[in-house]
Amino acid sequence: MTTIAVRGAERRLMEGSEAIALASIAAGCRFFAGYPMTPFTEVLEHFARYLPEVGGTCINAESELEAVGMAWGALATGARAATGSTGQGLSLMQESFAEITLAELPLVIFNLARGQGDYFQATRGGGHGDYRHLVLAPVDITEAVELTQLAFHLADRWRNPVLVYGDYLTAHVEESVSVDPIDFGPVPDKDWAVDGATTGTGHAKLLSPLGLAKFGAEPIGIEAHLRRIVAKQHEIERTEARAETGYLDDAETVVVAFGSPARFVRSVVRDLREAGERVGFVRPITLWPFPADAVAAAAGARTVAVFELSAGQLIDDVRLAVLGRAPVVGIGGISTDGSGFGVGRLLDVETIRDRVLAVHRGGADAALPPLPDNERTLW
Amino acid sequence: MPTLDTSTEPSGARRVGDLTPDLLLTGEHHLCPGCGEPLALRCLLDTITDLEVTTQTIGVVGIGCYTAFTTSIDVDLVQALHGRAPSVATGIKRMRPDAVVFTLQGDGDMVNEGLQEVLHTAARGEAVTCVLLNNGVFGETGGHMTATTVLGQRTKNTIDGREAEYHGYPILIGDLISRLEGASYVARGSVHNAGAVARTKKMVRRALESQRRGDGFSFVEVLTMCPTGWFIPTGESPEYLHETLGAVHVMGELKVDGRVKTTDELHTENVARQREVEARLAAGGLDG
Ligand code: SF4
Repeated sequence: MTTIAVRGAERRLMEGSEAIALASIAAGCRFFAGYPMTPFTEVLEHFARYLPEVGGTCINAESELEAVGMAWGALATGARAATGSTGQGLSLMQESFAEITLAELPLVIFNLARGQGDYFQATRGGGHGDYRHLVLAPVDITEAVELTQLAFHLADRWRNPVLVYGDYLTAHVEESVSVDPIDFGPVPDKDWAVDGATTGTGHAKLLSPLGLAKFGAEPIGIEAHLRRIVAKQHEIERTEARAETGYLDDAETVVVAFGSPARFVRSVVRDLREAGERVGFVRPITLWPFPADAVAAAAGARTVAVFELSAGQLIDDVRLAVLGRAPVVGIGGISTDGSGFGVGRLLDVETIRDRVLAVHRGGADAALPPLPDNERTLW
Repeated sequence: MPTLDTSTEPSGARRVGDLTPDLLLTGEHHLCPGCGEPLALRCLLDTITDLEVTTQTIGVVGIGCYTAFTTSIDVDLVQALHGRAPSVATGIKRMRPDAVVFTLQGDGDMVNEGLQEVLHTAARGEAVTCVLLNNGVFGETGGHMTATTVLGQRTKNTIDGREAEYHGYPILIGDLISRLEGASYVARGSVHNAGAVARTKKMVRRALESQRRGDGFSFVEVLTMCPTGWFIPTGESPEYLHETLGAVHVMGELKVDGRVKTTDELHTENVARQREVEARLAAGGLDG
């Protein structure tokens, strides 16, 4: 076995896109294809720079459709492979995401999104048919290093795509991190991978999303094939949910948030606690499977507040988990910079604190302070 | 009336079973009688065997009637989405540079849905071979117009024949690809008669050889019969193929060693070839 010195093993100031590329490589990713789009572009740049150093390949694909297709091919050979974009680019890849899931290939996808309005895209999927992706939402760059590696592990463990959902801050905030390979334990052998060696042996392989089998092999059939995948996804739901919680025991108000904005919320909640306010937080780390148990634990609170940078998408899952036992209100909203990259003035500790306090003092029906407007429009 | 004695096997005859390509698995299939696609498949399978690259060959199959081949050929395969096979082949080849990688796609798949895929893959000079089964219709949906349907051709949504003014012109995909720097070998074959099949098989061989040399992208388009999608009697379909699609998508090697040939050049070559065949027939046969 060859050991490749891990770049990034020394702690240094690193922006998220570089950390994600290096963490992928540390996890054994050897193929990446993508198409530039802000704020994802630098992830592609770093893969282009680092993958050849370890004998890997990064293709600057001619389109998102082709990027995901190339990753599909690389995965079929058994390689760890990934693609990514912003939510806009991922919209173009949805057909392939759906089929790759049904072909049971371990794709890792990065969404460095423009805000949090891709929550539905990530958790429901924009593609056709019955399929689910595991979705991991890092709160900061340190966690992005861990979850990126976990994504490759879970993808192989379940033969199911895993999406890492970050945003502009995940891509471009610099933090002091080191990228150390993490051992998450064994994954099943990729005995399904194609290398051509079984061609002509009477046992050639077929990687098909359609549940087809070659003559002579036990036919599967589309119905049984789909049911097997559904059963697997139920098992994922049962075992893979992850969340971070804080101060839930006696909290009167619980704030639910994910990703970079959750970092602001966590800080607000800690400050309010220090000031003696009985508030708590839940941060889903996996958006699918949704950590419904952790969120349900918040149902004893007087009010559950959901802070997200969208019109309200995560809030649906929170309501499903709380099941009417407590009022659930949205305290986030649309907020973006002039370029539309999703970094608006709502992402501000003081502003968030005012909104949390409004609900904490006034309950679910409290009037919220008006959403802060963006100062300028670029276009 | 001449009669044929079938009580004994004629000397030198071979049973159909003896001609089955090594890489073909037998079982039930749902392709129509008279379909040209299995003939093209045979050219490909036999060539893989002839070149002794069997245990290093990986195929990527698109969506169309030929998707049925995924169950019936003893080749490591990846089923791709409609139109997307060339990108999947790219990912495979980059991870397994020693493999012989081909795609199998129809005209609806390659020239409609995935046109940019094959063009970009060719331009990149990926060392893969794309094989197009071109019958000018969506056979699987029941005979609808594709981007290669020729003018005048009747399909379910060009009932009175394709009209340029209303439906636009067909794309000559082989010609388009041949203009791209990254394409090393481009040819258009047909399976309308035994001679055409033999020529097509040579084209497939040259394409795979070019891939193995690492020359770049190689492409073989094969015109195939689709009596069902054309709504004509099975027996008439080879002639129909030759006279309608074949007159526009002209058979021949469009690019060899970087030299591109025009449709006129191919026509001239084909006429000369036909004359030669006729002369040899008149002189007593084609043997040798
Ligand atoms: S519809 Fe056409 S292409 Fe499809 S199997 Fe029948 S003849 Fe072949």
